[in-house]
Amino acid sequence: MELVDEILEEEEGALELPADPMRLNMGPSHPAMHGTIRMVLDLDGETILNVDVQPGYLHRGFEKSCERGTYAQVFPYADRLNYVSPMLNNVGFALAVEKLCDIEVPERCQYYRVILGELARICDHFTCNGASAMELGAFTPFLWMLTVRDWIWDILERETGARMTHSFGRIGGMAFPPTDGFKDDVRWILPRVIKVVGEAETMLAGNRIFLDRMQGVGGLDQKRALELGVTGIILRSTGVPYDVRKDHPYMVYDRFDFEVPVGEDGDNWDRFACRMEEVRQSMRIIEQALEQMPDSGPVSVDDARITLPEKRDVYSTIEGTISHFKLIMEGFKPPKGEVYSFTEAGNGELGFYIVSDGSGTPYRIRVRPPCWYNLQATREMLIGDMIADIIPTFGSINMIGGECDR
Amino acid sequence: MSKAAVSRLKSHFGDKVLASSDFRGDDAIEVAVKDWVDVATFLRDDDKLKMNHFVDLTAVDYPEREGARFDLVLMVRSVEKKHRVRVTTKVADGTKPKTLFPVWSGANWAEREIYDMFGIEFLNHPDLRRILLYDEFIGFPLRKDYPIDKAQPLVPYRDAPGLTKLPPFGIDQGQPFGRIRWDDRLREGANGSGRAVSPSIALQTGERRALSDSEVAVAQIEELAMRVEEEQRVKQEQEAKKDAPAEG
Repeated sequence: MELVDEILEEEEGALELPADPMRLNMGPSHPAMHGTIRMVLDLDGETILNVDVQPGYLHRGFEKSCERGTYAQVFPYADRLNYVSPMLNNVGFALAVEKLCDIEVPERCQYYRVILGELARICDHFTCNGASAMELGAFTPFLWMLTVRDWIWDILERETGARMTHSFGRIGGMAFPPTDGFKDDVRWILPRVIKVVGEAETMLAGNRIFLDRMQGVGGLDQKRALELGVTGIILRSTGVPYDVRKDHPYMVYDRFDFEVPVGEDGDNWDRFACRMEEVRQSMRIIEQALEQMPDSGPVSVDDARITLPEKRDVYSTIEGTISHFKLIMEGFKPPKGEVYSFTEAGNGELGFYIVSDGSGTPYRIRVRPPCWYNLQATREMLIGDMIADIIPTFGSINMIGGECDR
Repeated sequence: MSKAAVSRLKSHFGDKVLASSDFRGDDAIEVAVKDWVDVATFLRDDDKLKMNHFVDLTAVDYPEREGARFDLVLMVRSVEKKHRVRVTTKVADGTKPKTLFPVWSGANWAEREIYDMFGIEFLNHPDLRRILLYDEFIGFPLRKDYPIDKAQPLVPYRDAPGLTKLPPFGIDQGQPFGRIRWDDRLREGANGSGRAVSPSIALQTGERRALSDSEVAVAQIEELAMRVEEEQRVKQEQEAKKDAPAEG
């Protein structure tokens, strides 16, 4: 230190550093930016003074596209909102339309939706935590956690026919009843997933590098989080126990015994730990749902105005043909009105605000993407941190471009 | 959703609550646009409401409706009381409602999106820019009169001040390929010794970039054409010489 001071004294201005903030452009195509998003950073050295987060590179016009088809044609679009857990979006949209029509699906279908949704949630949390770890240089946990995702995708593939974008939800039910081996398949992975949760935590929770980059980084204040409309894991990590499944139970969630994990500081580590704990709670829900789920019974409401007839009837009876034709060409017609229905998706409260004018085409569908408001809070999390902290913070927000930009 | 919240609002605002509904259990009220911010502030600050959690703000376009064209739809909830309410207001095209940003800062991006998609401008909004679309986008896509198959014009390069170089760069333009400028350091006499480090330096620094395949091919074809031309010329000359003595 002395040497530097001497030099400074001797030569005035010899070590003068530029004092203006530097503007750095990060993204839209950056390997650590999940999807495409641009951040314009104002830096003082390595400290972030200001961030301008610019989403929109994946905007596909979801809401506009919904206004030209039938209600049933929205399901494939809904799949592509949060493509890491498409089943939750499917169910969320189905519930919104069912609320608009005031119909309740059979109990077996509700349990089926819960189990598939919780599997998708586990998948979502594992992908996020694994990717966060990978971006901090821990590649093994990433592959470890994605193994679970593969098991889950195998189950979903057997059930729905597709690994990722299932389009499996239907208004008033599901496309098909559960397969014969469904319960056994899910019971097979339950202990294995619990094991992987423990192993992944062992690998990361004792890792000094990982802890240093996660703890105390990207913190968010509880009051600000509420003002900014943050929901889901990020809100819970700040200490607010708000979970739609608990606070406003939908489907059969009020019949299960599960906890809502909350954090304290709202930093990256709390978000990571909350996700891990939530996987355990999802497993508890699945276990109870498997016990309670009836083995037989319909999975769709018995109403020809809503549910498509069976293919056998379509090809052999005139009633079936007409019903099929009317539902496909005109779509079913919900009553006039507007509803807001919300569910707990992988990232938080996924809301659908539907305005119906009584015709077969939705007048307006607004998605309340949890990512959108979570991403808005990113600015608050990043200001004051170092430039290298963007990677773990942005990773733990789990911004999904398809959902955020729609 | 909560009945108590709606009755509290009705008792406080009286006639200012223009309408209320509880369709499918969603409690909603409608207020005039001039009371928009007052109602929002009351929702947040009142002890019985405590709507401190911003949920969503969006708009709906009703172009056939007489009078105000748009509906602004606000959804908020209370963390403590666990109740929700939906507040709507009618906004005419061209009028500017006040921003809700000072009440809940979550309204920032929501209002930017409404501006982007519907063209509703908000008074005193701190940062009203397009957010999902780009600045050069023409029109507001979620308005009903925007055709879904409309194409947007191609946009020229943005005219950014201070940006003089645009790709593609030439050999000597753009960013240097290495952090160390070896050719400067190794140039003859650069390090004060007055001599070249190695005699082959001039050879190394001659041509930087190899000719591309197509350039090589063009050069080969040109060379071939020249050779063919030359051969033909020589042949014609020889034939002319051969013919000349026979005539003579």
